[in-house]
Amino acid sequence: MEQAQIPTGMLLQKAVKIRTDILEMVAEAKSGHPGGSLSAVEILVSLFFYKMRHDPKRPDWPDRDRFVLSKGHAAPALFATLAEAGYFPASELKTLRKMNSRLQGHPDFRVPGVEFPGGSLGIGLSAAIGMALAGKLDKKDYRVYALLGDGEMDEGETWEAAMAAPKFKLDNLTAIVDRNGIQQDGLTEQIMPIEPLGYKWKAFNWHVLEVDGFDLRQVIEALEKAENMRNRPTVIIAHTVKGKGVSFMEWDPAYHGKAPDKDTVRKLVEHMRQE
Amino acid sequence: MLVQMSSMRDAYAEALVELGAKDSRVVVLGADTSVSIRTSLFADRYPERFFNVGIAEANMVGIAAGLALAGKIPYVSTYSAFVPGKCLDQIRNAIAYPNLDVKIVSSHGGLTVGADGASHQTVEDVAAIRAIPHLRVVVPADANSTRVLVDRSWTTRGPFYVRLSRANVPEVYQSSPDLQIGKAGLLKEGSDVTIVACGVMVNEAVEAAKSLSKDGVSAEVIDSHTLKPFDTDTVLKSAKKTGRIVTAEEQNIVGGLGSAVAETVSDSHPVPVSRVGVRDTFGESGEYKELMTKYGLTSQEIVRASKRLVASR
Repeated sequence: MEQAQIPTGMLLQKAVKIRTDILEMVAEAKSGHPGGSLSAVEILVSLFFYKMRHDPKRPDWPDRDRFVLSKGHAAPALFATLAEAGYFPASELKTLRKMNSRLQGHPDFRVPGVEFPGGSLGIGLSAAIGMALAGKLDKKDYRVYALLGDGEMDEGETWEAAMAAPKFKLDNLTAIVDRNGIQQDGLTEQIMPIEPLGYKWKAFNWHVLEVDGFDLRQVIEALEKAENMRNRPTVIIAHTVKGKGVSFMEWDPAYHGKAPDKDTVRKLVEHMRQE
Repeated sequence: MLVQMSSMRDAYAEALVELGAKDSRVVVLGADTSVSIRTSLFADRYPERFFNVGIAEANMVGIAAGLALAGKIPYVSTYSAFVPGKCLDQIRNAIAYPNLDVKIVSSHGGLTVGADGASHQTVEDVAAIRAIPHLRVVVPADANSTRVLVDRSWTTRGPFYVRLSRANVPEVYQSSPDLQIGKAGLLKEGSDVTIVACGVMVNEAVEAAKSLSKDGVSAEVIDSHTLKPFDTDTVLKSAKKTGRIVTAEEQNIVGGLGSAVAETVSDSHPVPVSRVGVRDTFGESGEYKELMTKYGLTSQEIVRASKRLVASR
C-alpha cells in the first residue's frame, strides 16, 4: 500500500473549498440539492485530486479514467470539483441552474468533464458498465467509477446492473454508494429498507468494501484495493452523513432538495474556512 | 404469380454481420431474445462484440449508452413490446438527451406477433418514441429495405429507433433500393388520392392502388419509412397534386404516421386525411392475417378509405 504518500492536508483543503462552493452555489441558485452534495465531497476529492488519471485540459482523452455521477442531483458537488480541478472557470459556479448557464440542475454534456447525464436515478451504473466493457474490448487500462446514491438502491435497474457487472468480470469498474441514510421523503430504512446492503452486493458477486466516507485515507485505500482486485467489480459502501459539515442540515431530510439562504451560508462559510 | 416473401429480422441480422465486418466499433446487445430475432447470427460471428444482458432491458439501454460514450456503435435489439416498452426513461435520458450514437432496432412491432396476444403486441411504440427529441424513427416495409435502412443507420450519426415486424411480408423492393433516411419513396404516381404508408402496410398500399386503378381511381403511393425526420416535402407535393391523403400503419392511429401527415398538411396545405391503423385499442391473440383483417390493416380498408375521400369531393 502507498498510503504513506497520501497528501491528506491538500485533500482536506480541497474538501473545505468544495464544501463552501456547494453552499454558495445552491444559496445563489436558491435551489439545488445540498444534502447529497455535501455527503459526497470526500469521495469526489479522493477521486479527482488523488486517484483518477485525468487531464482537465483534455476532457476527451481516450485513456482517462471515467467518473459517472449516477446520483445526478449531487451536480453542485461535481461542478465544484470540476471547477477546482480546472475543467472550467470557478467564476461560472454562481450561474448554477440559471438560464443560459452550462451548469444545469443535473449534469449534462455542456460541462467539460461530465461523463454522463445522470439525474433520472438508476441508470448510471449501467452506463458505467458500458464504458468498462468498451475499455476491455479496446484493451485499455482506464478505470470507471460510478457514484450511486443509497436511494438509488430502490431502483430495479441498479440490481440489473449489479447482476451484469460480475458476469462480464469488470474489474475495471468501481461503484461507490454514498450511504448517507436519507432519501427525499425520509430515512432510507423507513421509506424502503435497503439493509443489509453489503450482503446484497456480496450476494450479487461483487467485491464489497465498507468505509467511513469522510475519512480520506479509508476511501483512498478502498479505491486502491478495488484497483488490485482481479476479475470482479468492487463496490465501496461509503458511510456518510447527508448535509455533512452544516450542523442543522445533517440528518435532516428537508435539506435533500432545499437551499439555505445567502445570509446563513455567508456565516457558515466563514466558520468553515476558519476551522 | 409467385410472391417473394421476406423476413425483416433475417435481413437485419445479415446487415448486422456485414456492419460487424466493416466496422469494429459495431457492438450488439441482446436481452434473451437474440435467437428469436436472429441477432445470434452476429453473436456467432463476433462473440466478443455481443453482450447478452438477460431479461433486463433498462440495463441494456443504459449499457449501450456507456458503450457509445466510449466510442462504440451499439445496436440494441429485442421485442418492441419491451424496448421501448420497458425503458422509455433510459432511452430518453441516457440515449436521446445526450444524442448518443445508439441504434435501437426492435422486432415484433405491431400486431404481427399474432398468437402471443396484446401483451407482446405494440400499438404505441412509434408514437412514444416519436415524441422524444433527437431520435430518428424508421419503419421499413420489407427485408430489402430493412437491409438498406439498417446500413443507413450506421452511416448516420445519432440515435435511431428502427421498428421491424415479425411476419414474413412480400418484398416491395426488388433488390437493394436507394433509400435515404428522411426521404420518403414515391412507389407509384397517381392523381386522385395519395396513400402514405410505412412498414408492412406499404405492400397493402401497393395492392390497394392496383385495386383502385381497376375502379378508375388513380392512387399515388408513398413509402414513408422515416417517420422522423419526416419528409414533409414529398407529402406536401403529393397533397397539392391529389388533394386527399390516406395513411396506413400497423400501429395506433394516435401519434404515428397518420398524425405526422395530418400535422404536416394542416401546417401548410390542409387536405382531408383518412387514417388507416389500429383504432386506439389493444390487440388480442390470433393468426397474423386474421388480426390484420379484424383491426382494419388491409389493402381493402385502404381502398374503402380512398373511395370515401374521392367520393366526398
